Order: sequence, then structure tokens, then C-alpha cells
Amino acid sequence: MSQDMPFDLSLTEEQRMTRESLQRFAEKQIRPIARAADEAGAAAAGFYDSTVELGLTLLPIPEIHGGAGMPRDPMANVLAVEDLGHGDISLALGALAPLGVINALLDFASEAQQEAFLPRLAAERFVPAAVALMEGRATFEPSELTTRAVADADGYVISGEKRLVPFGADAELLLVIADLQGSGPAAFVVEKGAAGMSAQAADYMGLRALDTFTVSFDQVRVPALNRLENFDLQRLVDLSRLGVAALAVGCCQAVLDFSIPYVNERKAFGEPIAWRQSVAFMVANIGIELEAMRLLVWRAASRARDGLPFHREAYLARVLCADKAMEIGTNGIQLFGGAGFIRDYPLEMWYRNLRAVGVLEGSLMV
Amino acid sequence: MINLELPKKMLMVQQMSHQLASTVFRPISRKYDKIEHCDTPAELRSVAQMIAAVRPSQNKGKDKEQGAEDGIKNGANLTGIVGMEEMCWGDVGLMLSIPGTGLGNAAVMAVGTPEQKEQFGKLYCAMAITEPGAGSDSAAVSTSARLDGDEWVLNGEKIYCTAGQRCDAVVVWATLDKSKGKAAIKSFIVPRDNPGMTLVRVEDKMGLRISDTAALSLNDCRIPKANILGSAEVADTEEARKKAFGGVMQTFDNTRPQVAAMALGVARAALEITREILSKEGVKADFSKSLNNSTAIEAELYRMEADLDAARLMTYKAAWMADNRQPNSKEASMCKAKAGRVGNAITLKCVELCGELGYSEQFLLEKLARDSKIIDIFEGTQQIQQLIVARQLLGLSSRELK
Repeated sequence: MSQDMPFDLSLTEEQRMTRESLQRFAEKQIRPIARAADEAGAAAAGFYDSTVELGLTLLPIPEIHGGAGMPRDPMANVLAVEDLGHGDISLALGALAPLGVINALLDFASEAQQEAFLPRLAAERFVPAAVALMEGRATFEPSELTTRAVADADGYVISGEKRLVPFGADAELLLVIADLQGSGPAAFVVEKGAAGMSAQAADYMGLRALDTFTVSFDQVRVPALNRLENFDLQRLVDLSRLGVAALAVGCCQAVLDFSIPYVNERKAFGEPIAWRQSVAFMVANIGIELEAMRLLVWRAASRARDGLPFHREAYLARVLCADKAMEIGTNGIQLFGGAGFIRDYPLEMWYRNLRAVGVLEGSLMV
Repeated sequence: MINLELPKKMLMVQQMSHQLASTVFRPISRKYDKIEHCDTPAELRSVAQMIAAVRPSQNKGKDKEQGAEDGIKNGANLTGIVGMEEMCWGDVGLMLSIPGTGLGNAAVMAVGTPEQKEQFGKLYCAMAITEPGAGSDSAAVSTSARLDGDEWVLNGEKIYCTAGQRCDAVVVWATLDKSKGKAAIKSFIVPRDNPGMTLVRVEDKMGLRISDTAALSLNDCRIPKANILGSAEVADTEEARKKAFGGVMQTFDNTRPQVAAMALGVARAALEITREILSKEGVKADFSKSLNNSTAIEAELYRMEADLDAARLMTYKAAWMADNRQPNSKEASMCKAKAGRVGNAITLKCVELCGELGYSEQFLLEKLARDSKIIDIFEGTQQIQQLIVARQLLGLSSRELK
């Protein structure tokens, strides 16, 4: 539980150093390849492996399972997500999707389950893994799932369809959330190559650099061990909403950072457009709403870190971030005028990616 | 370490202020909105004494307010914000009418000499900046101050002076030499009953009615030489000019978050009343369904709560920066801009959501909406805050971005 700490927004020395290196990575190794990846519909070969060096996935895995054994810290994760999101939302989501699974295992799996699955994710190379929660319905509600699981003699049988699943059948592990007959939503580890599982590539308005799939489960059998014992859907959803909101904060910061030099340099009527209030106020409002987004995310994440209830706080962060991400995304394009609409610039890509903030569920548990 | 929860010490301040707001302010909120023009309401006299009793006296104790670790402080600024929101949850007009809590008091405490703090700190000090020809452009004030022997002689017209009728003294902005612009603008402490300063009228307003808003006229108003706040020198280099006026404007970096906190209190009051009224109709926005699966009214409630909480955290941040001696000009304007506009939007939306009940004087919703409007105007309008934020973000001067 929370000690009696002062209200404080300062980073620890360790956080400051981590942020610096993540920001450098985002700037040097994500941003320059983001557009090409968006156009190609895939990350460049070797990109995901290069993210393993950051150690984000290894950090929270206990030493006995091959990790560094650092404490679970949603707040630290939010900072990391924000920094990578500043580089590119799609690539950051791909790089961090396995961390979402690891965090879910740390929070919801028994000791035996952690021992069975965590070592597989603690590799030197990138191990694709993802949470499969979303389904194809306009009124989709994470607690009302059509994907079903039924208990049978030695395990469970899963049937249904999951959408917007990163990596699809290439994932080493998918954490599939399904309605377990008689007891509501449950989480099942489905391993690569499971019989009855098939994946179909699915493209979206944004997140194009991420390999996304519709995954079908036709009577897929998993052993009893694969059902996470202490699963808490609310927690998964809330912490994922924070992860996705943090991606939005990073990307909106990128919009602001990228727009400032442009409006200061771009001239119209003999002076920089930044000298016009209609332009300058738009920049000011991006800055103001970005601050609003960030603080709501940080508050919910720090509450989660301290074991305080944070459902309401995560909900509000999601609501504001989804709205403001769209506003900032579209205003970013507007500030650049025609150039914002041209694919040489990243603005339209950021806007398309930011659209996902209000859509994604379960994708990045921090 | 990042923590956006208030420590126990602040929660106690919050609780005490809330107690005061709910037992003293709320019950008389409508009454004084109707009365509008009167002397300081009797109920506020005892409040002023209570506040004076708990307020940390002048300088002592200030630096002892340490946080738990690495020297991070939650001090007077954050305390002020937390208390302010609660009081304004009770009634913002009444809060502004508490003797001894004027903007002039903030100026005296921020830049006054120890003697000035001693002499005027405990009085009720108003601040007179605005003139018929100078509002947001406070550098354009034309009220003049001229040194004549051991006295300053002030001449000019001041309007929109909060507490200008009921105060004990007024901090008057005046120029030593209009041709020298901002650098020549100084502030002077003028006792309310000083010969030469007269009350012209008290305004009738849309909201904030119990708070008196006065027009004052200064005609050869003579005050002692010692009553100037800050230095009497007129800076003659560009750099020194900036610094001099910057000192005056610095007061706003401390007061803008306070005004943002007023907006938070008023908006929260409206939102709470609205939730209560709507819950009787079975509307309960309890965070159980995704936004997409919520009704339009529920979605409005969620969005308002998100905006309000975000504005509050931004306000805390600006105050936290001030408490820890970090320059906070941008953050002070950011929180004022956000809180001011969401305060307006929320209170008006609450009137709308509650239909006839929202519009009726039976509840406080219509009053809260009227009270809220001014908060996005005084202490720097929404547009002025955006201008300041934009200049800071874009690295532009006031000459480049006008």
C-alpha cells in the first residue's frame, strides 16, 4: 500500500537514465524506419531482435526463470511505453506486445505456470507473443465474449475468433481470453502450432507496421495448466488501456515536437506561421491537452504501482487520451497544411495510428 | 518518485476546508447571490479569523514543510490549491469575500519588504490593475505615479477591482513614465480610506455576485514613499526591463494555479449535484461499461470527470513546481487555461443535462454556471493563457507572437 509520500512528479535517477536510452533508441532506431515499415506493412528484418537489447521484457521476469527479477512496476512501464511510442506506435506495440503477456503471466499465473511459460519468453532473441482479447463487434465489451472455452477431461477446448492479434500464428504464445462456460472470462495460453488454430492477415487504417491477424480457434485443446489461475480481466483491461494511452502520449508528444520547428520555419505573408495566433493557439492547445493526457495516465499507473484501486483512473485516462489523441492527430496534420496529408511527412501516419487508441483492448498490459 | 496522490497532510487541509465550505458557505450560497451588494457578510468574519489562525505566519515554518524523501516539498502553494478548490466547491464568491485573502495580499506577500508584510500583510488587500483602456494588456496602464518629496502622488481610474469596496488597502498598478512602457509600471499600496482615492461604483455582475467588484478613482492621491512594492528604479536596458516587469508578472505564476483551483471547485460542485440529480433517474455512470456501450449522458459524465481530474492534476503540478522552486510560468498558464475552459464547459453542460432543474434556481447549478464564467476571464483570459503557453512552447517573444 501507499506510504505517505509527497505529491511528486520527479523521476528517480534510474528512471532518468532509462528514459534517456529509450528516447535515444526511439529517435535513432524507430523513427527513421517507421514510414517504410508502415508502407511495407511489416517491421524491417531484425528490428524486433534489436529491441531485446533494451531489456524491457527481461527486466520483470524472475531470475529463476531467466530474467533480471526487477519488481513489477506499471509506472516504469508507462514511461518506457511513452518513450517508444514517441518513435512509432505500431513498432512500439509490436516490440512491447510480449511484455504485455509477461506482465499478465506475472500477475495472473501460478508458480507452476510461470515456470512453464516465462522461460520461453526470456530469450536473447525476440519472442513474439501477444494477448488476444478483441472480437469483431461494434459494441464489443471485454467482459462479454463470444469466444468460448469448455472444460473437458484433461483441459479446455476453445472455439471462436479473435481480432487484431499481433503476430497471429507466428506467436510463440498467445494469451487468449475466452468465456469459460459457467465461470466467465478466463485466460488461456495457446502455444504456437496448436491444432485447430488458424490465422488470417488483417489490415487496418493504421498500425500497418504491425503484423495483425484475425485468429480462429476451432476446437483448440489446451492442457489444464494453460488456464491462468488468478486471472483478473478488469486488471488486464485497465493496465492495457494505460499501456495504449501511454503510446498515445508518446505519439502526441512527437506531433508537438515535430510541429514546433515546422511552424517556426514555414513562412506565409512574410513571417513564420507560428507568429499567427490561429496557428500558435493550436500548438498551445496540443501542449495543454498533452499535459492533461500524461498526468491522467501517470496518476493511474502510480496508483497501480502502489496497489491502490485504479479502475476509475485508468478509465478516465483512456477516455481523455482517446479523444485528445484524435484531436492532436488531426491538428498536427492541419498545422502542416497540404504537407500533413502527404505521406512524405509522418503526420497522417501518426493520425491513423492514434485512431487505434480508442479501439485497442488488452494489447499492452503495463 | 512519481506519485500523484496527496499526502496525509494535504488530505487534512482538504478535509478541514471542505468542512468549512459545506457548513458555512453552502448554506448561505444562494442567499448572498440574491443579496449581491452588502458589507462583508457577517458569516465570513469568523472564517477570516480561523484562516488567519491556521495560516503559517510569514516566513517561519515555510522551509520546514518537507516531503518524505529527496527534499521534495509539498508546501504553501499546493496547500493553497487544495484548500482553494474545497472553499470554491462551497462558494467561489464567498471565498473571494473573505477578508484578508485578496490578490493584493498575495502581491504583498510575494514581493513586499518585511516592513510592508508586517504593516499590510494582515490587512485585506485588493489589487487594482485593470483600467477602462487596459485589461489583458496590463503594460498599458496609464494611472500615473509621481514622486513629490516623501510621497507618491497617484492619478487615474481603476475598474474591476475585486474587493475594492470592502478592502482595507488596494495595491494599485501605476506607471512612473508611460513613455517607458512596462519597465515603468510599479505597484503601490494605498490604504482604502486614503484621501484622494474614491469609490466610483460597485458593478452588477452575471455571477460571483457577493464578491464586490469596484471602480476606483485616484485624484492626487498621496501615499508615503515607502508604500511602493519593489524597487522604484526604472530599468533602462532591454534585459533589465524584462526582469523588472517579469517580477510583477511572476506574482501570476503563483496566483494562476489558485484561480485554476477556483474553477475546479465550482465545476466539481456542479458535477456532484448533477450526478445526484441524475442518479434519481437511474443514470449511474459507474465505469462498468466501455465508453462505446455507455449512454450519451454517461459518456458526458465520464468526459467531464476526465477533464476535471486532468485539470486538477495540472494545477497540482504547477503548484508543486512553485513549491520546489522550479520556474512554472508555462504550467501555471496551462492549468489556468485547462481549468478555466473545462470549468465553463462542465458547469454549463450540467445545467443542460439536468434540464429544467439545471436551469432552475431551486438548485445551485445555474448559479455555478454563472459563477464559473468569470474564472476563464480574470487573472488572464483563456486567450492570454494560450498566448503565454504558445510563446513558451514555440520560443517566441511577445513581439513575434502578439
